[in-house]
Amino acid sequence: MSRIESEIGTPKGGFIKWIDDRFPFTKTMKHHATEYYASKNFNFWYFFGVIAFVVLFIQLFTGIFLTMNYKPSAAEAFASVEYIMRDVELGWLIRYMHSTGASAFFIVIYIHMYRAMLYGSYRKPRELIWLIGMLIFFVMMAEAFAGYLLPWGQMSYWGAQVIISLFGAIPVIGETLVEYIRGDYSISDITLNRFFALHVIALPMALIALVFVHIVALHEVGSNNPDGVEIKDHKGPDGVPLDGIAFHPYHTSKDLVALIVFLMFFCGVVFFAPEMGGYFLEYANFDPADTRVTPAHIQPVWYFTPFYAMLRAVPDKLIGAMTMGAAVLLPMLLPWLDRSRVKSIRYRGWIYKSALATFTVSFLTLGWLGMQPVTGLFVILARIFTLLYFGFFLLMPYYTVIDKTKQVPERVVWHG
Amino acid sequence: MDRSRTIAALLASVLLVAGSNSWAAGDSAMELAPANNDVSDTASLQRGARNFMNYCSGCHSAKYVRFNRMGRDLGLTEEQLIENLMFNAEVPYDTIQRTMTDEDAIRWFGKPPPDLSVTPRSRGIDYVFNFLQAFYVDPESPTGVDNVLLPGTSMPDVLWEMRGYQRAIFTAHESDSGDGAELVFERFEPVTAGNMSHDDFQTFVRDTVNFLDYMSEPAQLRRKAIGVWVLIFLAVFLVLAVMLKKQIWKDVS
Amino acid sequence: MTDDVDRNRRHFLTVATAVTGGAGIALASIPFITSLKPSARAEALGAPVEVAVGSLEPGEMIRVLWRGRLVFVLRRSDEMLSRLSQVTEYLDDPESSNTDQQPVYAVNEFRSRKPEFLVVEGSCTHLGCAPLEQFEVGPAADWFGGFFCPCHGSKFDLSGRVYKGVPAPTNLRVPPHRFIQDDVIMIGAEPGTA
Repeated sequence: MSRIESEIGTPKGGFIKWIDDRFPFTKTMKHHATEYYASKNFNFWYFFGVIAFVVLFIQLFTGIFLTMNYKPSAAEAFASVEYIMRDVELGWLIRYMHSTGASAFFIVIYIHMYRAMLYGSYRKPRELIWLIGMLIFFVMMAEAFAGYLLPWGQMSYWGAQVIISLFGAIPVIGETLVEYIRGDYSISDITLNRFFALHVIALPMALIALVFVHIVALHEVGSNNPDGVEIKDHKGPDGVPLDGIAFHPYHTSKDLVALIVFLMFFCGVVFFAPEMGGYFLEYANFDPADTRVTPAHIQPVWYFTPFYAMLRAVPDKLIGAMTMGAAVLLPMLLPWLDRSRVKSIRYRGWIYKSALATFTVSFLTLGWLGMQPVTGLFVILARIFTLLYFGFFLLMPYYTVIDKTKQVPERVVWHG
Repeated sequence: MDRSRTIAALLASVLLVAGSNSWAAGDSAMELAPANNDVSDTASLQRGARNFMNYCSGCHSAKYVRFNRMGRDLGLTEEQLIENLMFNAEVPYDTIQRTMTDEDAIRWFGKPPPDLSVTPRSRGIDYVFNFLQAFYVDPESPTGVDNVLLPGTSMPDVLWEMRGYQRAIFTAHESDSGDGAELVFERFEPVTAGNMSHDDFQTFVRDTVNFLDYMSEPAQLRRKAIGVWVLIFLAVFLVLAVMLKKQIWKDVS
Repeated sequence: MTDDVDRNRRHFLTVATAVTGGAGIALASIPFITSLKPSARAEALGAPVEVAVGSLEPGEMIRVLWRGRLVFVLRRSDEMLSRLSQVTEYLDDPESSNTDQQPVYAVNEFRSRKPEFLVVEGSCTHLGCAPLEQFEVGPAADWFGGFFCPCHGSKFDLSGRVYKGVPAPTNLRVPPHRFIQDDVIMIGAEPGTA
């Protein structure tokens, strides 16, 4: 039998060649890893994409094993979680990994999104990556919301009650929509079952598909970097960007270090503080759902509280809901709101830096305010910071133009 | 990087301000003395198990807790379980059920007493420790007592023999909302002596609460021990990964 | 020289890291694998079942569930016991030499601890149907009473031993059992043991 040379180089032995003749294995490895070039000056903020990927995997994997033992009925759900915690061998560990992973997912994603804001990673030609990323964020929020109902604790039930009834604010179709979401006249066993289907099948599939597309879009244009310099503008005679280094083995070996550090934090929480002061596992949720008694303080899980604060800042139900919706959607427009000549905060002026700092403080403070009662000073602060949050986006076309920027270098800045 | 440091500082300050999430019980009517229980103290857990079965399990179930698991965790043999703790259960793999039926409970107390398997996780162990000691004499209540932490409770003061009865002193304070005075709890005053000294009684309650703490999460006995090994492993792995990364990055100028 | 040292060191570090990572993955998989084994609840539900047999008449059979499986408890009369030696020539494994099908104490003609009481799983060893009781002799010349499976025609004698030439390959399974009192049988071993 004559040996057919593969076009792409010498394969490692017969087995790989057999695969390569039938499937773009080596081609994919090269295109996406060993010959995918990313800037050498990636810093701390650039770890969180791969960490998010790992957390997604953790959630999927632990989720499968939880689903083997969980019962999605109002009568059995709470008991089945305790069954996992006690009767299933090392079930408690799987449960804690999943609950910690949920919060970790949001911490990681918020930092990941913040990176884009620091370095202009949403700017042309990466607008689509950003939009897909925002979609991932929306699906994540839906996934977390559906998942939170499943333990069927007091906070599960009443948190869902509050948020679902928000949809009732929509004129004309609101009440019908709420009934369609609940599948019943109040949150019940029926709601639980369908949220289970969404949480375990529909939304994870959507997440996986979106993450795949997100990475494909990224690899099409190449990664940004902390200087906002397009490394493809300066290629060597071999076509490789001068400031680029192969993703594998350089970024893979560096990311491994970051991943292990992340896992140390993650395991620290899982083994030593899984409740995390009531933020990761809310105390009220250790009471089984009781349709007759509302807990003293209803609040969504910490990662929703910034938006919750904005919702409550507006006294009108419909406008409050619209405000919250706008707050979530508005970041999608960043690629077009940002008119600056430069991408990276390293070369922006004091106006943008102040704006971003204000945005950061606002978002964090709103997060805290979302956990406080709706009284007095808290309401006033929530309104102020909501305005500042919106101001950051809505005024951006103006202040990014007048902002005095610095000269962006031709090549990335890296000191090894 | 200046930016990263600034952001980290902002984050830290906000988290400090935020503090810990509030317990489901809400703000307490009285200051909660810390329980200071130690779940690694097996002798205390054994005493607590005895206390729970004798004083609590008549009305309160702990329906997620199995006797045989408890026996293994507390170092008790099956015989010891059967003789001393398993009043209502038939076999060691049974869970802790209460003796009182639902119908009786509703008839006598208005509603079935809650299951206590995970109560410390929703209310806090300090709350439970103080709750058991916060009963006071109230002639107008059907049980003759009330509780500072749960006013209007239908639970009787099951530990009265050991502590003796006490009276609660309230004083009138101007309420924050400005509509008249509200009663604020000041302190307890003993009415009758119990058959235990104050210290012995504290130990009794602490043991019981310790056992409740254990029941709410049996895994906690092993969780931290395993965690230490996991972190050690990750630290070793980290050292190797850092060395590997540095080695590979030598090529990069 | 430095290049060689570097390359060796790099290779060593890569292998060391990979091996540690592999060990980590193996250790991390432990909770997932252990979560698959029967839980404490399964063990509790699968616990031994006590059957009171004092009121059973000779020739009477009751059905009980153990671990979700059907078990027959049959009190054989002396007459039924005497038929056991007559059927031997028609049986595939009259000595119960297949050790998978019964505990050690059931390797005898009666396939039980006490000749009177047969404790056997009501699951045909062909494909699992529940065999029907047919304790009368005849009309066929080789039939001395026993169990007949309606699904594919397998036949078993009064000790649950399988006939030759039927689809079922082995004798009916005898579960672990013992007499905790003269008239009370406990079916199933203690939790935690085989």
